Amino acid sequence: MARPATAIALAAALGLMLLGLAGCSGGILDPQGPVAVQELTILWDSMGIMLAIVIPTILATLGVAWWFRAGNTRARYRPDWEYSGRIEMVVWAIPAMTVLLLGGIGWVSSRDLDPPKPLPADTPPVTVQVVSLDWKWLFIYPDQNIASINHLVVPAGTPVSFQLTSDGVMNSFFVPQLGSQIYTMPGMITRLNLQADRPGRYSGISAQFSGAGFPDMLFTLEALPRDAFDSWVATARAQGEALDAPAWARLTQSSRADRPRTFRSVMPGLFDALANPGHNPALPQTNPHWPGHDYPPLDGHP
Amino acid sequence: MFGKLSWSAIPINEPIDMIASGLMILAVLGVLAWVTVKGYWPYLWREWLTSVDHKRIGVMYVALALVMLLRGFTDAVMMRLQQAVSVGPDAGYLPPEHYNQIFSAHGTIMIFFMAMPFVIGLMNFAVPLQLGIRDVAFPTLNSVSLWLTASGILLTNMSLVVGEFARTGWLAYPPLSELKYSPGVGVDYYLWALQISGVGTLLSGINLATTILKMRAPGMSYMRMPVFCWTSLASNLLIIAAFPVLTATFAMLLLDRYLGMHFFTADGDGNPMMYVNLIWVWGHPEVYILILPCFGVFSEVVSTFSGKPLFGYRSMVAATMAICILSFIVWLHHFFTMGAGANVNGFFGVMTMIIAVPTGVKVYNWLFTMYGGRVRFHAPILWSVGFMVTFVIGGMTGVLLAVPPADFILHNSLFLIAHFHNVIIGGVVFGVLAGYMYWFPKAFGFTLDEGWGKVSFWCWFVGFYLAFMPLYYLGMLGMTRRLQHYDNPGWQPWLIVAAVGVAFILAGILALIIQLVVSIRTRERRRDRTGDPWQGRTLEWSTPSPPPAWNFAVLPQVEREDAYWHMKRRAREERIAAAEALAYAPIHMPLNSPTGFVTAFFAVVTGFALIWHIWWLVILGLVGALITTLVFAWRDESEFEIAADELARVDRAHHQAYWVGGTP
Repeated sequence: MARPATAIALAAALGLMLLGLAGCSGGILDPQGPVAVQELTILWDSMGIMLAIVIPTILATLGVAWWFRAGNTRARYRPDWEYSGRIEMVVWAIPAMTVLLLGGIGWVSSRDLDPPKPLPADTPPVTVQVVSLDWKWLFIYPDQNIASINHLVVPAGTPVSFQLTSDGVMNSFFVPQLGSQIYTMPGMITRLNLQADRPGRYSGISAQFSGAGFPDMLFTLEALPRDAFDSWVATARAQGEALDAPAWARLTQSSRADRPRTFRSVMPGLFDALANPGHNPALPQTNPHWPGHDYPPLDGHP
Repeated sequence: MFGKLSWSAIPINEPIDMIASGLMILAVLGVLAWVTVKGYWPYLWREWLTSVDHKRIGVMYVALALVMLLRGFTDAVMMRLQQAVSVGPDAGYLPPEHYNQIFSAHGTIMIFFMAMPFVIGLMNFAVPLQLGIRDVAFPTLNSVSLWLTASGILLTNMSLVVGEFARTGWLAYPPLSELKYSPGVGVDYYLWALQISGVGTLLSGINLATTILKMRAPGMSYMRMPVFCWTSLASNLLIIAAFPVLTATFAMLLLDRYLGMHFFTADGDGNPMMYVNLIWVWGHPEVYILILPCFGVFSEVVSTFSGKPLFGYRSMVAATMAICILSFIVWLHHFFTMGAGANVNGFFGVMTMIIAVPTGVKVYNWLFTMYGGRVRFHAPILWSVGFMVTFVIGGMTGVLLAVPPADFILHNSLFLIAHFHNVIIGGVVFGVLAGYMYWFPKAFGFTLDEGWGKVSFWCWFVGFYLAFMPLYYLGMLGMTRRLQHYDNPGWQPWLIVAAVGVAFILAGILALIIQLVVSIRTRERRRDRTGDPWQGRTLEWSTPSPPPAWNFAVLPQVEREDAYWHMKRRAREERIAAAEALAYAPIHMPLNSPTGFVTAFFAVVTGFALIWHIWWLVILGLVGALITTLVFAWRDESEFEIAADELARVDRAHHQAYWVGGTP
């Protein structure tokens, strides 16, 4: 019979593929920060729990269908058998108990890994304000008063606290090897905390379709040792153009695959104005569209 | 005079567009010419286009769905070929403006114009027969529903020739779909096509829900209804609850686009995230609208071909209704990544997993239905077993995506694409094809070729795994959806495997076409003279194949579930030909009506005029639709009588064929 053979071969191939390539592939299978590591662990754990009932169910389905085929004279035909209280209880209990377990994982991990939740660390986080534009990423460093395009430089081993918004259409900010993505939306601020454990270059993408230039909406996250980060900041402050009103007007023009570059200064209040068009330019205590967050207010960074 | 419409709307300079639309126009003209030459117009008009018979309407829905399967699949082939070659910038043969239209059209067509009409068509065909009644509650409205769906299909396909389709993805999230970012007519085609067909779907939902709630055969209490009727009831209740949300959401987006309002705009205090909430308040129930009737088909098929009643009937009913209610409180899992907060995400994640409980129960109940049975491996049960194996994998990945932190790294990736194709192909497509092969002999009076049906199944089955298992893996490698090109050469081998999988699915679709052609050509020797080719259990198999317009000369008296199975058993025991004892009385059937067809004509005119801002034509179309409604409302005669003699003649002939000529 070809069907079980096909299914088993495919399942085996899939399993080998995942195990064999997990370590060296990039993407979410090669996590490089605490958030990504925990999220991948949760994914594998949940998959393990599900496979523990899914694989027996598949095998039982194929086995029962084959054994009770019409031509099998050894199988007992029971044309009126349609109810068994015990079996009913078991078939409700198996998925219910699995879901109880996974629901617990889902609930607890949702709270543990909530994107706005600050990461535990000895060093204070670096704050980066992210703005998605057509079709490029602007990263503003409010404490350093510099900005960069399509190139996100952060210190390794230090948490990065992101505030994100969009100049126009929605995008989703995502560095697969560091974990959690989050949407950028106009007139709203979303928040995210990530950390790169080791120096390195990690590719970043937009994970939400945003129009014609979407596939080129890529950036590089470069994690540097602390001193290298500081010298990068110093260099950025010393050169390049200032992100003033004319420069901002040029940035808002559609463009694709912009070369990475830095701005030596950023006009005050730019991010606030984007996140709260037509409102008080001061940053709000919480995201007006999702009140009730119990994390430190957005302007609580040093 | 013609609003935004000018000759530049026709994509003369786009070879791919022109070839595609040229072929489409040629095909349509070819069919029209063939019908004209053969002189089939009067027949088509009388027997099909103006028919209000639920069986004919069901068949036309399914025919539309099969044609749209070809259209949507063509888009799929183009996407897979593009991604198989497009490593690096400017790679591939489709520029972004084409590629983005193609994936938007693929999703829109496959959900709204393939899966929906297929499911609604099967429900239309089978539900009244299973309930033991003669038609749906509102036969003419049923015809209006069908033709409004056809209007939406026509408008969507017109966008290929005149203008463009949306480039926003199949759900057209604002602000991208707002005028500022999508100034062309593409989004307007999308919105008006779906508004018009959405009205048709809502009317159909009201019609079928009313039918099931109010029009069952004598003795057919709720707990004696076939499970397909239960799942249809749940699905139609969901349609009634969910589709108005879609209509209202699209109406707000239309107001933004046409009257400069700010419901969802990026500026002017619009809130695009509210659109995302609203669209998924419709969108998540929508997937259950599609899958629940398919669960019903599998229940009928597994039970019939195992020669056993469905295991745990009451559990199945409870599970169906649980899914019906739960499906409304899970929508937020489509955007855990919009920063709703830990508790909100946690709640919706847990609710989503809870839906897996009744779904899991169903899988086990089908398993135990086969247990102790004599499973006859006809094509419909191959689809069912293939579904059970495939769907649990899709269910598993769905539960994984319901864990918020797992979703944070998998959202919008190809893992998600693989997941929903896993449940939609493995669940809905396998389900509607099982239903198609199961009920075809009832609809047309001859069985479909078994061999080609099995070939089709195996091609689809293998093709599905080849096409989508690599996508799960690519999602883990960090490949997101809707990429016109990418720069990671490591992804390409997997995308080539996926393209090979699509070739297998193509073979599966070709096998379906061959099966239909072969079966029609050899129909004389595959006639179903008994009306009961599968040893069926429910009332539709007690009628001749195809059933007469009135379905049942005398409404059956239902005494328990699996009504027909027990009628046959008792009749056999008592050795009576039941028909002799029946008293026939004349019955009234609804007259044919062109209302649906004419309304749809004006709906297309109005929709087209709105898309192109041709305001005088909008008014003309609306007035036309209004007059059509008034003419229908003031009709003098709505029914015709069928004499008792005629009923007796047809009915006795069928019983004669079954009890004497057939093999009971």
